Amino acid sequence: MKITMAHGSGGKATSELISEIFAKNFNDPVLDRMEDSAVVPGCAKIAVTTDSFVVTPLFFPGGDIGRLCVCGTVNDLLMSGAQPRYLTCGFILEEGAETGDLQRIAASMASTAKEAGVRIVAGDTKVVEGSGGLYINTAGVGFLHAGAAIGPERCREGDAILLSGNLGDHHAAILSKRMGIENTIRSDCAPLTEMVGRLLAGGVEVHAMRDVTRGGLGTVLNEFASSSGCRMELDEGRIPVSAQVRGFCGILGLDPLYMGNEGKMIAVVAPGGAEKALACMRKSRYGADAAVIGRVGPKGESAVLLKTTVGGTRVVGPLYGEGLPRIC
Amino acid sequence: MTDIRAYLKNYGGPPLRLMEVCGTHTAQISRCGIAGMLSPAIRLISGPGCPVCVTVTAYIDRLVELSLEPGTTVLTFGDLLRVRGSRRSLNDARAAGGRVRMVYSPMDSLRIASAAKSGRFVFAAVGFETTAPVYAMLLEEAEQADIRNLRLLTSLKTMPPVIDWICKNQGGIDGFLAPGHVSVITGSRAFEPLSRKYGIPFVVSGFSGEQILASLYALVRRRGKAGVLNLYPSAVTAEGNREAQRAVAHYFAPCDAAWRGMGKIAGSGLALRAPFARFDAGSLGLDDDRSFNPRCRCAKVLTGAVSPPECPLFGGACTPRTPQGACMVSQEGSCYNYFVGGRGSR
Amino acid sequence: MCVALPGKVVKVDGRKATVDFSGNTLVAEAGLVKVKPGDDVLVHAGCILQVLTKKEGNEMREILKELEAL
Repeated sequence: MKITMAHGSGGKATSELISEIFAKNFNDPVLDRMEDSAVVPGCAKIAVTTDSFVVTPLFFPGGDIGRLCVCGTVNDLLMSGAQPRYLTCGFILEEGAETGDLQRIAASMASTAKEAGVRIVAGDTKVVEGSGGLYINTAGVGFLHAGAAIGPERCREGDAILLSGNLGDHHAAILSKRMGIENTIRSDCAPLTEMVGRLLAGGVEVHAMRDVTRGGLGTVLNEFASSSGCRMELDEGRIPVSAQVRGFCGILGLDPLYMGNEGKMIAVVAPGGAEKALACMRKSRYGADAAVIGRVGPKGESAVLLKTTVGGTRVVGPLYGEGLPRIC
Repeated sequence: MTDIRAYLKNYGGPPLRLMEVCGTHTAQISRCGIAGMLSPAIRLISGPGCPVCVTVTAYIDRLVELSLEPGTTVLTFGDLLRVRGSRRSLNDARAAGGRVRMVYSPMDSLRIASAAKSGRFVFAAVGFETTAPVYAMLLEEAEQADIRNLRLLTSLKTMPPVIDWICKNQGGIDGFLAPGHVSVITGSRAFEPLSRKYGIPFVVSGFSGEQILASLYALVRRRGKAGVLNLYPSAVTAEGNREAQRAVAHYFAPCDAAWRGMGKIAGSGLALRAPFARFDAGSLGLDDDRSFNPRCRCAKVLTGAVSPPECPLFGGACTPRTPQGACMVSQEGSCYNYFVGGRGSR
Repeated sequence: MCVALPGKVVKVDGRKATVDFSGNTLVAEAGLVKVKPGDDVLVHAGCILQVLTKKEGNEMREILKELEAL
C-alpha cells in the first residue's frame, strides 16, 4: 500500500500506521504509551546525539536505512564513551512510499536496536509531497561511564592506532549498483556495542575512539592529528581492505582511505595495551579483520603520514571534494 | 628492487629533471610517495598529462551552456565536474538547474540516450589516445543502432605534439616517463622520433610503485642517450593496438588544438571527420582560454616551467577546497597532488 | 592519464565481454581486441584496450644486469 497525505494528517490513517508498523515492531512499553514525551530513568551525565539518514537505495546488500539509522546513532554515542540507552526516530515519508518497505525498515530497526541494547522510545511521522522517498532523523541518549576520559586530545606519542576491520565495504556496496558493477560486497553496517564494551572492560587504556564513517579513515585521523597536535603514522601494508573492495576501487580510481564505512572504528590505546586491544576487537562479532595500523608520532606536526608499500612516505590529507570515481 | 631504491636514493651524479606526462603517473607517484625516495639530484616534474587540466575554459563554458539548454543533458566523467570555465563549472551549472550526469564509461551514454529518445544528450569527450578508441567504439554502436539524440563535444588531444612543444619551448628535461596506457594504443615506437630529435631517453612505464621506480632508474642510467625503452611489455608493444588506431582514424582526423596555458599546438588534437558531423556538438573553435583568476599560473605549472609551490596562489587562495585553476581541481593535477601528498617535501 | 585496470575475461558475447576484477564484474566493450574467456585484459572506461601477456621483458632483466655491473 502506498503512503498518501492522509497518513500524515494526524487522524485515523496516521494512528493506524503508527500502531501497525512502528509500535508493533518496536515493542516498547514507554513508546506504547504514546504520550507527548518518553519519560525514562536517567543518569548524572548523559551523551546526546542526532543524525539524519537519507541513503538511497533504501535496501542494499548488507543492510537498509533502518539498520543504518540505529547503528549510526548508537556508534556515535559509543565513541563518546557512553552506553547507548534510548533512541528516537522521526520519519519523513514522501507520498508514494510503500508501507511494505516501512514494515521491513521498522523490523530491521527493532532487531538492530535489540542487538545494540537500546530502546526506541519516541517517534514522529510526517508525510510530504514527493515520489516515494523516505528519510529518518534520530536522536540518541547514552549514559556516560564514570571516569570516562576519552577524546582525541588524549593521544600521546607512542600510542598504538587500531582499526577494527576492512575499509570501504559500505561505500562500495552503495556505489556498485549505481555504476553497474556486480560483486558480492556487503555494507558493513553494524552496532559496535559489543566491541566497545570489550575494549573498555578489557583492561586497556583507551585514549581515543571514533567510528570511521563519511570521509573515511583519512578524515578521522586528520581530526585526531588536529585535536592532539600529534603526527599520526600509518603503515599502508597493515591497513585491511578486502580484495574485492580493492578491485572495485581500482576500476573507479577510488581510494579506500576516503571511503565511507558504517561499522568500523579506530581506537588509540596506550602502547602496552595494543595486543590486548587487538584481541578484544578480534573476539567481537564485527572485528575479525582488526589490525594495528600505525602509531601516534611526536607532537608538533599534526599531519597524517603513510608509509607506502613501495617504501615511500606520503601525507594523507583530509578529503577534498566528493571522492568521485575518476577515469583519468 | 632494493638495489634500485638504494641507487636512486644515493645517486650523486649530475642533477636531472625527469618529466612524467601522464596524469595517472602523477597521481601514482604522489600516492606511493616516490619523490621522497629519490636523491635531491633527481627532480621529478609533472607535465601536461591530465586531460582535464589541459582543457581550455571555452570548452567548459560550452558544456555549461549546453547543460542549461532545455531538454539537453551533459554526460561526463566525474573528473570534469569541478573544473571551472571562465566563470562556472558543471557542478555550478547543476546547482543552477542544468542537467549534468556522471557516468563511468562513454558507452553508458548509448543506453541512456536510447532510453530517453526525446532528450538530447551531449557527452563531454575529453581524453588522450587512450580514450579516443572508446569514443570510436561509441560512434560505431551509435551508427549501428541509429541513435540520433547523442552527440560529442570533443577535446581530444595527442601526446607527441605536446611533448615536442615542451622540448622546443621549455627544454631542460633530461628524460621522459612515457605515458603507459597511451602507449598501449600508440605503441612505444610513437615516441622514437621525439627521442631521437632531442637526444632524450624515454621509458614506457607501468603504474605500480615498483614499475615507476624501475623506469626512473632506467631513465637515470640512460641519461643523454636517445631511445625508447619499454618497461611495460605485458601491455605495450612497439606498434600498439592496430585495430584501435584504425578505429580512431576512421572517425577522427588530426587537427590543431588549444591547450590550457600553451595556446594552439599544431596537429595535437583529434576532431570528428566530416561524414560524422551529425555527432558533433560544436567542438571546433573552442579555443578561448581565460583563467578564472588572473594570477593563476596553471599554464606554467602544466609545462613544468614552474613547480606548484612557486605559483603565488598555491596553498593560499588556491587549495583543493578553493581551487583557482584546473591543476588544483583535478585529482591528477600537479598542484592537487603536490598539496595533498606533500610531493617532494619529504 | 588513464585509470585502466587488469581483469580476467569471464564470458564473451559478441562485441561485449564480462570481465572480472577480483570479484567485481562488469560488461566491457570488446570490439578493439580479440578476447576469449580466461584472457587477462586491460580495461579503460568500460572498454578492453589490450590483452595482457606474461612478458616480464628482457628489458627489465637487462636493467638489473646493468645494476649489478656497477
